[in-house]
Amino acid sequence: MSNPVLILVAQRVALGLLLLLAVSVLIFTGTQLLPGDVAQAILGQSATPQALANIRESLGLNDPAHVRYFRWLSGILQGDLGTALTNGQDIATALSQRLRNTLFLAFWAAAISVPSAILLGLIAARYEGRWPDKLISGATLATISLPEFVVGYIVMFLLAVKFRWFASVSIIHPGMDFLERLNAIILPVIVLVLVVLAHMMRMTRATILNVMQSAYIETAEMKGLRPFTIVLLHAFPNAIAPVVNVVMLNLAYLVVGVVVVEVVFVYPGMGQYLVDHVAKRDLPVVQISGLIFASVYIGLNILADVISIMANPRLRHPK
Amino acid sequence: MNEELKYLLGLTAKRKFSRRAFLGRAATMGMSAAVANTMLAGAVRAEGPKKGGVLRLGLGGGAGTDTLDPALAAGHVPFHLTRQFGETLVNVTPSGEIEYRLAESIDSSSDASTWYFRIRKGVEFHHGKTLTAEDALKTLQRHSDKSSQSQAVGLMMDIVSMRADGDVVEIALSAPNADFAYLMAERMLVIQAGGGFGNPADGNGTGPYKVVEAAPGVRYLTEKFANYWDEGSGHFDQVETLVINDATARNSALQSGQVHMINGVDPKLVEFLGRSPGVQIKNVSGRGHYVFPMFCNTAPFDNNDLRMALKYAINRQEMVDKILRGFGSIGNDIPINASYPLFDHTIEQREYDPERAAFHYKASGHDGSLIVLHTSGVAFPGAVEASQLFQQSAVAAGIPLEIKREPGDGYWSDVWNVKPFVASFWAGRPVQDQMYSTAYLSNAPYNDTRFHNETFDSLIVQAKGEIDPAKRKSLYGEAARILRDEGGLICPMFNDFIDAHSDKVAGWQDNPNNEMMNGFAATKCWFA
Repeated sequence: MSNPVLILVAQRVALGLLLLLAVSVLIFTGTQLLPGDVAQAILGQSATPQALANIRESLGLNDPAHVRYFRWLSGILQGDLGTALTNGQDIATALSQRLRNTLFLAFWAAAISVPSAILLGLIAARYEGRWPDKLISGATLATISLPEFVVGYIVMFLLAVKFRWFASVSIIHPGMDFLERLNAIILPVIVLVLVVLAHMMRMTRATILNVMQSAYIETAEMKGLRPFTIVLLHAFPNAIAPVVNVVMLNLAYLVVGVVVVEVVFVYPGMGQYLVDHVAKRDLPVVQISGLIFASVYIGLNILADVISIMANPRLRHPK
Repeated sequence: MNEELKYLLGLTAKRKFSRRAFLGRAATMGMSAAVANTMLAGAVRAEGPKKGGVLRLGLGGGAGTDTLDPALAAGHVPFHLTRQFGETLVNVTPSGEIEYRLAESIDSSSDASTWYFRIRKGVEFHHGKTLTAEDALKTLQRHSDKSSQSQAVGLMMDIVSMRADGDVVEIALSAPNADFAYLMAERMLVIQAGGGFGNPADGNGTGPYKVVEAAPGVRYLTEKFANYWDEGSGHFDQVETLVINDATARNSALQSGQVHMINGVDPKLVEFLGRSPGVQIKNVSGRGHYVFPMFCNTAPFDNNDLRMALKYAINRQEMVDKILRGFGSIGNDIPINASYPLFDHTIEQREYDPERAAFHYKASGHDGSLIVLHTSGVAFPGAVEASQLFQQSAVAAGIPLEIKREPGDGYWSDVWNVKPFVASFWAGRPVQDQMYSTAYLSNAPYNDTRFHNETFDSLIVQAKGEIDPAKRKSLYGEAARILRDEGGLICPMFNDFIDAHSDKVAGWQDNPNNEMMNGFAATKCWFA
């Protein structure tokens, strides 16, 4: 009975892996098109031709592109991410630290924003056109319309500089315990929640309102059910699919798209790590970071698909 | 000074009276804030350093790609780290003299072509080894080796041979160089155990602090090295360096008390930051400058009249006022200013003169086609705006100057030193010879103006070997005049280093050599 679902999921995963392979080629080609190279970037303005040649030689930058691609891909498949060209750090160690930080921040931002967005969306739908709806919609639209760094600076100015409640620098390091970490990331979490809330909230509201037009809702109303019960138990299950898609999109954003917030709050996440290495043309790091970001996107989209399938009886039990 | 003020000064230096209140009291007695501040700094220094505490630095200019290898320490943050864990043979003092560090004395042959550095005894590396002349020798060899990746390779070109003899490192040069000792103050030439051949990024130096944690682009932690040789340096128990690349975030971190010192204060934000309580702005005019180099061998810039036209067509004062917000001084188309030793003050200052610009432009016979200036925000802070100002003032003189904005990414590899007319910057060097031989001699490694002038070359070489300071000064003056009137450099302004620290920090001394007291803020300051 669960076979059709399993097959669907397996298909999605296989497609995702194929897509990932294609993305790896794209990433590699893209990074080859960048002007300048790592030797130039390491030495900067004070590079001499001699020093440049020495670095290029020692890093093996003189091999043809396809040789380097397959060397890189086979390394990754064997779990060997290599070392950074610029400072010789083990990429796997440095990257896993940064990735953990990114996921930590994304998790807490999501844990707060997703339930509140859905709840606010349900409330807004329940009181459509009345003041709670207008208040919620207005406030969230305002926060989404401001660029992240503006929201960031405002929050920082008020909560860190003016009132000194929280730290303006969110650097976390292995020596900190869980509560210290949580305290350090409060400001970026606030900003991220404000940024992603509106999108998910408005999608929830719109789909629910759409479903509310259906005949079975009218039936529920005529049965005399309380309006919020109708919204939550009758309308929401049918709105899950579109809402899940938007939620996943925002979760992916929380993992891969928060470099601006990272810079403002000096948070040591993946975004800043990637940007640093792009600037220095440290391609092994750029490529693996790109690949991780792509996997996050693809993975979350597969998850969204699967949840949509599970939520839809017609897909769950195909004829 | 009256008795009351003297009394208050003593109290303030001991931190029993607030600095703000002292300045206010001094003002009511008719003393300007600048004078009162200087007086206070002197009194605090006289109190002597106090030991202990954890200093937190918020520094811009770090990246996840940084390394502790001094040979590759290009950005600001690696530079400050090398200052914490390592030391060079000598330092350059704020007034431009040589201060002996790991070298306890220096000698040279009478013609300044052979140099002898006597290595200090009783200095220990963090991993336990005792410093020897062999370590210094190996370090210099690593940086001068032809296959070296060090940025110092270019500086070491003149070295013919080196050897260690007991406590002395002997260095023979291919040509006399009266300033050779200054080269040994270069930040890359941190003396490492065994020369750093094994693991150059291990952070094993002789500096006042040893590296405890290093997370490039995020955070570094160093702590006082118990066996450090010099009582006068390294007053904190620990130094935590946080990498904060965003200027506004740095300001906030200082204002909210999360860090005690920051570098690179944005000129636009200085006034705002200076108003916050407990914060002191420290700006010092240095040798760094913002430039527009032209290739002297590429049309249309191969015509000296056209170069002169552009030099007269730039409004220097306007740039200092608008781009640097007054935190800097005007340039004179030479890479040298009054903060260099042996500067010739008699060189006439070039001003904005649209008429003379128009005259030279006409004399150049330029066909009227657009003259393209390549610029980008990464060339220097405010480079695009400065280029626009240049365009406006040039057009007012009838010169068809056009701006082409280039992407910041790849600017230093594809635009600077490649295109014939660009925006750029120089950090400056401790002595004139080093600046000229880095970029203006015919065979200079970074001759970004493609300037080839035999008279100029011979003057610089002659000055380099001249022992008599008065003669050297006049030789440098003559060379500077040639560069100013024939060279390809348009240098509109010298920028100040602007740092800031909290009132908790004492012992700050302005140093024109580089930002943050030439990187010694963490080793020479203390908690008041």
